[in-house]
Amino acid sequence: MKTFAARLLRSEQTGLLLALVLLCIAISLLSPVFFTALNIKNVLRDASLVAIAGIGMVMVILLGEIDLSVGSTQAVAGIVAVAALNASESVVLALVAALACGACIGLINGLLVTKAKINSLIATLGTMAILRGGGMVGTQAVSIQGKVDSFIDIGTGYIGPLPIPVLLVFILFGLFYFALHHMTFGRYIYAIGGNVEAARLSGLSVDRTKIMVFMLAGVLAALSAFILASRLNSGQPNAGLGFELQVIAAVILGGISLTGGIGTLGGAFIGILILTVLSNGLVLLNVSSFYHDIARGVVIILAVYLDTRRKESLLRRMLGSST
Amino acid sequence: MSATPIISLSGIHKRFPGVYALKDVDFEVHAGEVHALVGENGAGKSTLIKIIAGAYGLDGGDYLVEGVPAQIASPSESIAKGIVVVYQELELVPALSVAENIFFGRLPERFGRVQWRQLYAESTALLAQVGLDVDPRTKAGYLGIAAQHLIEIARALSHQAKLIVMDEPTSALSPQEIERLLKLIEELKSRGVGVVYVSHKLDEVLQVADRITVLRDGGRVACKEAVGLDEQSLVSLMVGRALGANFTDRKAVLGAPALEVENLSSASVRDISFVVRAGEIVGFSGLMGAGRTELARALMGVDRRLAGQVRVGGALLPASSPVASRRLGLGLVPEDRRESGIFPRRSVCENASIAALESLSHHGRIRHTSEREQVGTWVERLAVRTPSIEQEIAKLSGGNQQKVLLARWLLVEHIKVLIVDEPTRGIDVGAKAEIYTLLNELAEGGLALVVMSSEMTEILGLCDRIHVMRAGQLTASYTREEATAENLLTSALPLASARA
Repeated sequence: MKTFAARLLRSEQTGLLLALVLLCIAISLLSPVFFTALNIKNVLRDASLVAIAGIGMVMVILLGEIDLSVGSTQAVAGIVAVAALNASESVVLALVAALACGACIGLINGLLVTKAKINSLIATLGTMAILRGGGMVGTQAVSIQGKVDSFIDIGTGYIGPLPIPVLLVFILFGLFYFALHHMTFGRYIYAIGGNVEAARLSGLSVDRTKIMVFMLAGVLAALSAFILASRLNSGQPNAGLGFELQVIAAVILGGISLTGGIGTLGGAFIGILILTVLSNGLVLLNVSSFYHDIARGVVIILAVYLDTRRKESLLRRMLGSST
Repeated sequence: MSATPIISLSGIHKRFPGVYALKDVDFEVHAGEVHALVGENGAGKSTLIKIIAGAYGLDGGDYLVEGVPAQIASPSESIAKGIVVVYQELELVPALSVAENIFFGRLPERFGRVQWRQLYAESTALLAQVGLDVDPRTKAGYLGIAAQHLIEIARALSHQAKLIVMDEPTSALSPQEIERLLKLIEELKSRGVGVVYVSHKLDEVLQVADRITVLRDGGRVACKEAVGLDEQSLVSLMVGRALGANFTDRKAVLGAPALEVENLSSASVRDISFVVRAGEIVGFSGLMGAGRTELARALMGVDRRLAGQVRVGGALLPASSPVASRRLGLGLVPEDRRESGIFPRRSVCENASIAALESLSHHGRIRHTSEREQVGTWVERLAVRTPSIEQEIAKLSGGNQQKVLLARWLLVEHIKVLIVDEPTRGIDVGAKAEIYTLLNELAEGGLALVVMSSEMTEILGLCDRIHVMRAGQLTASYTREEATAENLLTSALPLASARA
């Protein structure tokens, strides 16, 4: 227990966790509604879409890459899900179709980055635009309504006290935490992101790992699309506009470094919670929604600035002790 | 030569972390003198040039310019004193004209407008001095390497240079161009300019130099009049030293061929063939840029092989798959630890186990206990000094990082051949000896080792067979008994006697 406390103190996430706790305390002092079961459930449910897609983004950024196409994927996979649902009248087939769609998008992103050797920022900027346009063309810019009643249960239903999306997040977090820390797959991700040249010289399958990760990111984005479509009971070509930036901002706030190889899934989740709690608090305090974006921007810049400062002082101490 | 020398350095010391680059070196150049500087890779030539140029400070000793203590803190201050270095890698801006390059940063101007006519006139005069017949309006990028070198010299002259340092000026020149350059140097001499001439080409050095200073391992071993010296006597001055006590005599017990290379070519190496047997250490020697690292990368499949075959334990490797190379039992410890070896933010344990994870896992799930056990065993066996295997590898010393990188491949159960590129670069003396002992033990254990090294003593002390490379090709091959520092260097240098 003592070592646990020591590790907690040294851990990179301690500062973030502290920020989250302080934020929660501050908001609950200002609004009595905050610490009610209903509101907490709402916060968690709001966070779930970003969290699910965020798991994929964490892995992509750990590799030193980026995926801008998750927002458009959310639109396209949602449309595919509802179209498949209406055609087959099966929620399961709709889910399979959505996930397959996400996997394909991820595969294309992965191939563009590894085989065509296009910088991932550019490659996914391209697929982002193509998918967004494709969604518009495919639907004539009109959303498709779901025609199977049980569909909306996925996004709005509960298992026990927990909303289904929140439960999904817990399960996925457990799965991917295990994959990142206890499986070769996770080791390879951290290694490639930390030093891609060393990874290649050590005989790791750099390209294959990258393609896998982009595919997983696509599948997870598609899963979030499925949940969103279910909640709205429709597939909308406008869904997920700006969603990719929301996801990227949250995981970066959570300490996932854009240079690759640095950060943890736990940290990213704290980042996601901070941003969700922040906008929830602003809603509870009746702050106009225009200010939400401003607040979010300020928090992200501040967090990354403080993090950079902290790393610099750490570096200075390391250098100071070694000479 | 009674007059005050242009530059005079005495008792120069320079240390870098882990390396004593210059030890008590004296060096002086008089007006109208060509003073050549020769030595093996890493002898200290570049460091000395950079001290003269003001790019490095001193850790001890005196640096006088025309008898006055030099207060030189940066290259621009040395240029102001008339000391100009023409580096091997040219520094011209290809998109600018010849004239603009010569007067780069100092274009003649009036009221903010460049005086083009004056610029071109002065440039033409300078170009005539160096014997280059081009229009000063030509873009520098259109000219060949030789002409670009002459432009650099013209630029030096435009600074009213009293001393010009030329670093390997002829490495990219044709014989005619070399003749022209040497003639120009004669002319500079006659005008009282001092020249420091750094080159591996000993015949040119002997032809052009008045005096020759030989550096070895950071110390000055000789400063002699060029008259009376020949290539052989220079080579023995450059290498002449006893092997350190670092090396144990190993009786090689050779097994079956572990690595067979036939006619391998890549973008940077050509037509290389050799065999390494189990239990054998085969070395590759050569000057900087001879293609050793490139050969290592082509063997591993990091750089695509354009032609030829590589077999490990009889199995053919695909042309560009480091993954397949690893699975078939070939490993590579790279030259540049920081850039391409370590995963700096990960632990010693993760750094060591990364290549062996396939056998340390079950259906993709890492068996942490056996991982720690095996890493622990090797960390202990290689005497890696680290507080724990959970320590971040970047916090370890260079020698200990190198041991972890060796452990990375030794953990691979089926490893048959290990290529080690510069096994002891940037490592202190104590750790060096440990690594030599370790490599010997590994060979005795039946591993086939390929050692790429620019350090002569290392190659001679470790290897059962030594191949020498020059310009991407094999030029010679010696057994342990045949190999001497002299014939390794002779095969590595582009000597006149060896040139067709």
